[in-house]
Formats: sequence, C-alpha cells, structure tokens
Amino acid sequence: MVKPQLTAGSVIDGFRLEEPVHQGGMATLWRVTHAGIDTPLLMKVPRIAEGADPAAVVSFEMEQMILPRLSGPHVPKCFGVGDFAVLPYIAMEQLPGKSLLSRLGDLPLPYAEVAEIGARIATALDDLHRQHVVHLDIKPSNIMFRASGEAVLVDYGLSHHEQLPDLMQEEFRVPFGTAPYMSPEQLRDIRNDPRSDLFALGVLLYFFSTGVRPFGESESLRGMRRRLWRDPRPPRQLRSDYPPWLQEIVLKCLEIEPAWRYPTAAQLAFDLTHPDQVKLTQRAERLARDPWTVVLRRRFNTDLKAPRAKAPVSAQLYSAPIVAVAIDLDEHAAAVNEALRVFAQRLLETVPSARLACLNVRRLGRIALDTTLDERGHSKQIDRLVGLRHWAGPLELDERRLTVHVLEAVDPAAAILEFAENNRVDHILIGARQASVMRKLLGSVSAKVAAEATCSVTVVRPPRPSPL
Amino acid sequence: MRQSRDAARIRTDTVLIALFADIHANRQAFEACLAQARQRGAERYVLLGDFVGYGGDPVWTTETVMGLVADGAKAVRGNHDQAVDAPSAAMNVEAQVALEWTRGVLGAAERQFLATLPMSLRDGERLYVHAEASDPAKWIYVQSTVEASRSLMATDAQITFCGHIHQPALYSLSATAKMTAFTPVADVPIPLLPGRRWLAVLGAVGQPRDGNPAAAYALLDTDKRELTYCRAAYDIAAAADRIRKAGLPVWLAERLFRGK
Repeated sequence: MVKPQLTAGSVIDGFRLEEPVHQGGMATLWRVTHAGIDTPLLMKVPRIAEGADPAAVVSFEMEQMILPRLSGPHVPKCFGVGDFAVLPYIAMEQLPGKSLLSRLGDLPLPYAEVAEIGARIATALDDLHRQHVVHLDIKPSNIMFRASGEAVLVDYGLSHHEQLPDLMQEEFRVPFGTAPYMSPEQLRDIRNDPRSDLFALGVLLYFFSTGVRPFGESESLRGMRRRLWRDPRPPRQLRSDYPPWLQEIVLKCLEIEPAWRYPTAAQLAFDLTHPDQVKLTQRAERLARDPWTVVLRRRFNTDLKAPRAKAPVSAQLYSAPIVAVAIDLDEHAAAVNEALRVFAQRLLETVPSARLACLNVRRLGRIALDTTLDERGHSKQIDRLVGLRHWAGPLELDERRLTVHVLEAVDPAAAILEFAENNRVDHILIGARQASVMRKLLGSVSAKVAAEATCSVTVVRPPRPSPL
Repeated sequence: MRQSRDAARIRTDTVLIALFADIHANRQAFEACLAQARQRGAERYVLLGDFVGYGGDPVWTTETVMGLVADGAKAVRGNHDQAVDAPSAAMNVEAQVALEWTRGVLGAAERQFLATLPMSLRDGERLYVHAEASDPAKWIYVQSTVEASRSLMATDAQITFCGHIHQPALYSLSATAKMTAFTPVADVPIPLLPGRRWLAVLGAVGQPRDGNPAAAYALLDTDKRELTYCRAAYDIAAAADRIRKAGLPVWLAERLFRGK
C-alpha cells in the first residue's frame, strides 16, 4: 500500500491541505479547506509508519467509528472520514481558541471560575454520556470552548461507545490513558462506566483550584495504583480558605468506588451551579487524609479490586434522573400539592438515585417595582423556601437528594422551562391550575410547560371529587 | 468525504443485503423479517441454513427459500436441513422428534433441495456458513472468542456470516491478531472497519435464544460497510399454535414466548 505524500496543496476527497498545525505522537493535524464548507476545518491524519504502535491504529479506528456518530454543541462536528485502505483521516470542525491546557500557568484559579468551568465540562459530559459514549481521557488538553461558551470535548481515541464493538478491549496489556487523570476502575481495565469521566473531571477541578495534582504525575503502574487505596490530601489542607462546598464536590468526584461519586454528570453540574444547595458531609470538613489504618484496610480489601458487574452507560443515566416539581404555595393549591407529593413519592421510590428539585416561581409585576420584603419587612424569598421544604417534608428524602429553589420571573412557565433546560432536568412534575379567574387571565402554565419542555412532563391533577 | 467518495464509486455497488439464519420452519417469524427487510430496502437475500426443524411450517418455509434462491438468493446448509435425509444421533430428543415429523411432510423436491445445499458459499469478500468456517460439517457452536478466532483463521474472507447458536454476536480479528467480542444492540448500524476481519453471528429468525422473543436477522449495507442487527416482532401465538397442531413437543412452542 503506497501512502500518498502529504504536502500543503494536496487535495484529498475535496479537502485541500493548507498547513500542518500540530504534530502529535499519534497523529498530524492539518488545517484544511473544502469548497462549500465555511466552517474552519481540521484534518487528523494518523502516523502509521512502519513499526508504528498498533495501539495508535486501533485508537484511530475507534475515533473514526465514534466521532461521525456524535452530534450537538459539545463535540467537534465531523465532516468526513477516510478509508483505511486508501488514506485514513478524520475531517472535523476546527474549534476557536486554545484548550484548557493553556490555563495551566494561571493556576490556582478563583473558586467561582473553577466551578463555572467544571459545570460547563459536566454539562458536556452529560450530553456525551446520553449519546452512549464514555470519553475516558478527560484532561485539560482535550477540552475546548465555543465562542458561545459551551465546552467541547475532543479526541475520542480512547473512548468507549456502548453500542459499538470496543476495539480497545483486547489491545493493551497495561491500562491506557493519561496517568494523572485515570480513574481507579480504568486501572482495572473497566471501560464502560460513565463515572470514570467524573473522576477525571474531579482531578481537573482539584488541580485547577489548588494548583496541585491530587495523585501526582507518576506514570508508573505502581505509582498510579496508589489511588486504589490512598485518598488525596483534602484541598482545604492546601488552601485554608477553600470553600467546604467545593471540597465536598471535588472529593465526591474522587471517590475510589464509582458508586460513591455522583451518579451522573448532570447531578454534578447541578451542584457546581448551586453551591448554596450542596449538602455538606464529612467530606467537606476533612482537613487531613484518611488515617493509615483506613488506608491499610483499603489496601488489602479485595472487594475493591474484584471485577464488578457491568454498569452500562445508559442504565447508569436512567437510574439517576433529576426531577423538578413546580409547587404553587398558594393556599388554594393544597389539593393539587398533595397529588404532586403522591406522584413525586412514587417516582422517587422507583429510582433511588433520582434527585428532586422543588421550584416555586415568584411572579414579578410587569411594570411595578417589586420589593423582596413584605409589609412587615419579612423576606418573601425565605418564606417560600421554608414553604417548599415544608411541602417536601413528608417525602422524608435524604437531604442530599433534595434542593429547593425560588425563581423570580414575569412569566412562570418560561422560568420553569429555563430552569429545566439549564439544569438538565429529566422530568418535570407540575400541577394543573384549577379553573379560576387567574387561569382565564394568564393562560395555563402547565400547558405551556408541557408543550415546550425538552424533557418529560407530567401534569398532575387532584383526584376527581366523587359525584354527589 | 462521504459524498465525494460515493460519487467516485459506481452507484450499482451499493446493495442492502438481508441475512437470515435458523428460520426453523417458523413461518410467522420469517414473514415478519422478510416484510421488515423489504420495507427497509433489502435488495438481496442470504439464507444461512436450518430452514426446517422445531417449527410447524417446514413445507411453506422450504418452498419460500427455494423461491428466493431461484431469484438469486444465496443459501447454505444447516445441520437440521442435513438431518432430514441423514438423521443424526447427536441431536436432542425434541429436535429428533421434530425432524421425524418434518421428514414425513416434506415432498421429494424439498428434500432434494435441502440435501444438495452447499456447506458454505463465498460471495466476494464475504463467506456464508451455517455454524463456523474451520470445519463446517462439525457444526461447532461459536460461543466465545476461542471458536470465533478458529473460524476467522480458517478463511481469508473479510466478513464471515454464520448462525447456529441462536444468539447474536460480533467478533473481530485485528491485523495484530487481537480478538474483540461484542453483543450487538438492535437497529444500531455497526461499521465493519476494513482494517480487521469480522465474524458476524446472527440471532435466529425462528427460535431466538437470547432472551428476546422477537425474530432476529441482519442487514448489510455493502457500500457503507455497515451491519445492522434487526429484530422483528411477530405473531408468536400463531407460530406456537402450528407447533402444537403438528403434535410436536409442547416445549418447542413454549420457548418461543420466552425467547430462550
């Protein structure tokens, strides 16, 4: 097989090579143009010379399979792939700016900025996981941003697609990935757990907020394996002003057992965007690493090293939805609120990893200036938060599964829809407003939510009164 | 770029092939698969053996297969097809009872057709065989990468298609002799990359055993080199009824509902 010599000006399947922009260990990136395509384009051509690492070939095959099957703002758009028999390549959208790697000189970053970057990455991961893919190489150099702000995840050479053959499964005797970011289960050759990406994101959050990598940079297998039993130093030990909520989030991501981490990227994104709602546990308080007795117990606990049942990507996602329930705190709504509680209870009992966000919308006047205090100087906001907690009380939910939110808006339906969109809500429960003057005047909030939401919506009504 | 590559090719190369294995005289299942495949644009047919045995409609099934072959379909012999004329002591009791009955209802032409089917067929870069390629007459079940690699080593075909085990699976052998195994998801096209060789084990049309009672078959897009494992719902009660009416072991009817 004669490989065509690639030079600037060569044309491959309509793509004109302009200039090489990056020479990596496994591939060369060319800036290319194509008549009729306005998007800036990159072409990735693997370096498959004589005696090349066969892993590089397999990794490129995987990326060629996965990338054309992905869509949405969080992945580079694929414009074509080249046949391995002729010239293997991937033509894709060139993203603006630099990867997160360019920020390494600025570390540690302010806490709010770390949370904001983390939330954008978690949102991108949620989107990727919903497309059946675990990235398995989340690190600063694989994260870019669109001008509109969305994080874009690049490089799918190590990824796992749960609906396609995993060509990497037999390829390596040693775990493959980027040492500082690799999850404990990846070290045990488990490639199908989406929570591995949450671990890597936890490493990134730790690193960006402290300037220190939680598990060092050791590339040796022995050095990497330490993370199977040794917990990292709590960030508060490194920066005394480290916020407990951020430590809670970061250490939860870095749990050795995937089951102790966030169940989904959406739930992680939720906490990163609602610091005041993060339930603090003993993780948040930690000032020192686990004592040696604990570490030794973990070190020789065979359970942790035992192979475990499969946690397929989609099963993991479906087991942990975010449910939002819209509550009207008006006294007249008691019957419908009771019905909402019954529905919420049923839902939460069947999916124990689901979390519930209780919403109340405080309607703002279109013209009049609103005050947040009532006649007696009471905060309306706090009253409503108390009211939401009171509504949720009988559900007896674990505090970590419950959050309460008062939204302020002129248009309640729009506020609920926006909350659902921004927080990757999977299911909205909303009561139907009973026939009333208000409904005639304002239209039905539930009808608009049901019609326009991008997730499932259940419109709940109180039981029919028995006929007289 | 896909478009430009397509344009450079001769369009008549693009063919959607429907592949069926282990029909086992289940008329309702085979009809449902054929209808779905035609609706999805199938232009050619490959029939991977075991047309009879277990099910209640061996005559209709064999005549239908003969008709498809007369129109250009490719067909190979399965162990049940062979056992019609050459009874095998290796088969389980239910299978032997069903074959005994089948032998009685098939006409001479059908029996002649089944007895003279080839053990395997080469079709360009593809190989069709009922059980596996290393020794087709031994009817070895491909249960793991062990049998799969033995089969792949025995042929230079890019893609081998087989059935026999009634559970869909997809194996690949890389240029560096690494095997991968995969349980396909229905209706998700899988690119069969040219850099490696593939063994596609089809689920059964007429007696699925992977826990999903829907009839199984596959579609191959020869241009995109994409293989899609498909499932078609069918009237299981009617197929079970045919088995009971024929006086065959009731268990053969019951297992259709469970797909086990």
